[in-house]
Amino acid sequence: MSGPSTYEPKSGFTRWLDKRLPILRMAHDSFVAYPTPRNLNYWWTFGAILTLCLIAQIVTGIVLAMHYVPHVNLAFDSVQRFRRDVEFGWLIQPMHAVGASMFFLAVYIHMFRGLYYGSYKAPRELLWILGCIIYVLMVATGFLGYTLVWGQMSFWGATVITNILGAIPLIGPEIQVWIRGGAAIDQPTLNRFFSLHYLLPFVIAGVVGLHVWALHETGQNNPTGVEVKSKADTVPFTPHATVKDLFATALFLILFATFVFFMPDSLGDPANYVPANPLQTPPEIVPEWYLLPFYAILRAFDFNIGPIDSKLAGVLAMFASIGVLFILPWLDTSRVRSMRYRPIAKQFFLIFVIACLALGWCGGQNPGRILAQSGPYRATLNWVEGGNVVQRDFSAPSEQQFDDAAAAMRQTLVGEGAEMTMVSRENATDAHAMAVMGGTHQSRTITAGTGEELEVMVQEAKNEIGLAAPFYSVDRQTPMTFTVTRLSQIMTFYYFLFFLVILPILGLRERPDRVPDTIAKPVTAEGGA
Amino acid sequence: MAEAAGNAHVGEETTRRDFIYIAGASVAAVGVAATAWPFIDQMNPAADTRALSTTEVDLTVIEPGQQIKVMWQGKPVFVRHRTPDEITAAVRDDYANLKDPEHDADRIKQEDGQPGRPEWLVLQANCTHLGCIPTFAEGTFHGWFCPCHGSVYDTSGRIRSGPAPKNLYVAPYVFLNDTTIRIG
Repeated sequence: MSGPSTYEPKSGFTRWLDKRLPILRMAHDSFVAYPTPRNLNYWWTFGAILTLCLIAQIVTGIVLAMHYVPHVNLAFDSVQRFRRDVEFGWLIQPMHAVGASMFFLAVYIHMFRGLYYGSYKAPRELLWILGCIIYVLMVATGFLGYTLVWGQMSFWGATVITNILGAIPLIGPEIQVWIRGGAAIDQPTLNRFFSLHYLLPFVIAGVVGLHVWALHETGQNNPTGVEVKSKADTVPFTPHATVKDLFATALFLILFATFVFFMPDSLGDPANYVPANPLQTPPEIVPEWYLLPFYAILRAFDFNIGPIDSKLAGVLAMFASIGVLFILPWLDTSRVRSMRYRPIAKQFFLIFVIACLALGWCGGQNPGRILAQSGPYRATLNWVEGGNVVQRDFSAPSEQQFDDAAAAMRQTLVGEGAEMTMVSRENATDAHAMAVMGGTHQSRTITAGTGEELEVMVQEAKNEIGLAAPFYSVDRQTPMTFTVTRLSQIMTFYYFLFFLVILPILGLRERPDRVPDTIAKPVTAEGGA
Repeated sequence: MAEAAGNAHVGEETTRRDFIYIAGASVAAVGVAATAWPFIDQMNPAADTRALSTTEVDLTVIEPGQQIKVMWQGKPVFVRHRTPDEITAAVRDDYANLKDPEHDADRIKQEDGQPGRPEWLVLQANCTHLGCIPTFAEGTFHGWFCPCHGSVYDTSGRIRSGPAPKNLYVAPYVFLNDTTIRIG
């Protein structure tokens, strides 16, 4: 793509350098003369924005490491001290914390851009896969860094995530102990997380280098998805793309600065401003916003799938949801790259974006929260008023025969004219049966909005009826409910449906829109107009 | 003649040089693995961490109806001094409709298989759902209640309602004498 180099050293020194280390030539060819499609829109500026994010995280991170103490008793305080006492700590710590969120915001836009315009398709498969590797490294780095703060959410988040590894069959528990360096999250864990958190950004930088290399080999995709045909379809990277990237970066920095200066803590969980306490769990354990969709997928599996128990199924689905991105270039069978010319795929893509956002919302909610229900919770109390209570002890010959003996006892009592019977067991074989003889049947129906309210009201009703009834039978009717978990399940289903079914089949069946001749064919002559 | 045939099939027949390649690569692979292992194994619990694997608890400070939380291997453990009412309730519910059926007598057993004492219940303090720490003497069964997702445990630490799949795990312990137990 790059073509022959057009770099011409101007001074004596650059000529000397060019013979020995053509680094300026490489920079010139990559960032000045590099031909970039002239129809790129602003969605293409996030590469530059992400570069800025990575540099900002590394610079602020190195500064933070100068003041951070990776010790369970000191870590939390050292972060607070940095923020309160160190010169400009109030600025640099939030830059790093907010920067993580901004980094993920930018990377998600960058990824959705690639999805929409088919930037993962041949010949850019490796470019896409390198991007996926960067994303996985970012998730790992983000998780490790969040643990270092050593607040309540750091500690319990790390506990839950390492517990997840324990779900792996056979070797899970060993891996869990190996990662933690002990039976629980403790000093060894914090220490190694610090080491790895310092290491991974440089690994990311290395893979970013490969990502950019691969990009410059294949050339950039563009909104039409049609490869550039001639030099007339491109402009030099500098000044055109450089200035556009700088402008977009400036806008992005306004958002960044708004968070850093006016609401530095708004993206974090309040529970993480409480020091880690292994003896107390925060009321709800949730990850940072950028991992919520995956957390929702993890928790969507509240049922066993054959031999795979629910916990492992959730773990597998969570890893698969990222893993599926790696094989995406071969899942999408469409020969049309950009969804601009794929009228049906475009709509499925929109639903996919909504599903991802919905998963993010679900991940932050209590999974049992009821979003809709078919009716109220209902309970019917039955009791007998005004009868005589008879108590009779009995024993079953063995533990196995207890149920039969109890049924026989009830039958006997009913035969003697009991209106209601009850059996309460003392131990393996002994029990006593109670029966109410005579009296009149009473019943009362209670309705309530939630299950907890119903239990309270049932208890109140029992207190009210009081001694008039020796015992009750309670029939509870639970309405059909639609919970956050159910919504997560539907959205998870669509997430995988999109990649594994819709994209492969739609690519073969969809009739794409016609690409205008002005785009499909070069209309300007080479070097003309 | 044999030499001529060998030249005609260069690279197809196994030669002594192939053997050296394979043998050399195998030795190198073993060397790499042997070198890598110390760097992998260093992440496992260190000797001092392993040495902290038992905890002794003085029971005299816990009145009936109280519990304390102690740390064992970095994890919290409940030591509960049950009242006679709580013991009765626990034994009575041995035959109730349980999600993870277990008898109270089995849950107070010591690590060495000796029967425990009904008034002392020693349990790992993490909810079997996602590892939160349940609160004491709350919930319908007056055992424990997990605030995270609403699991309810009875006075024997058995799961009675909510999402948790298992009873609270029993911590391995033995009575050293009448007033001291060792966990682990």
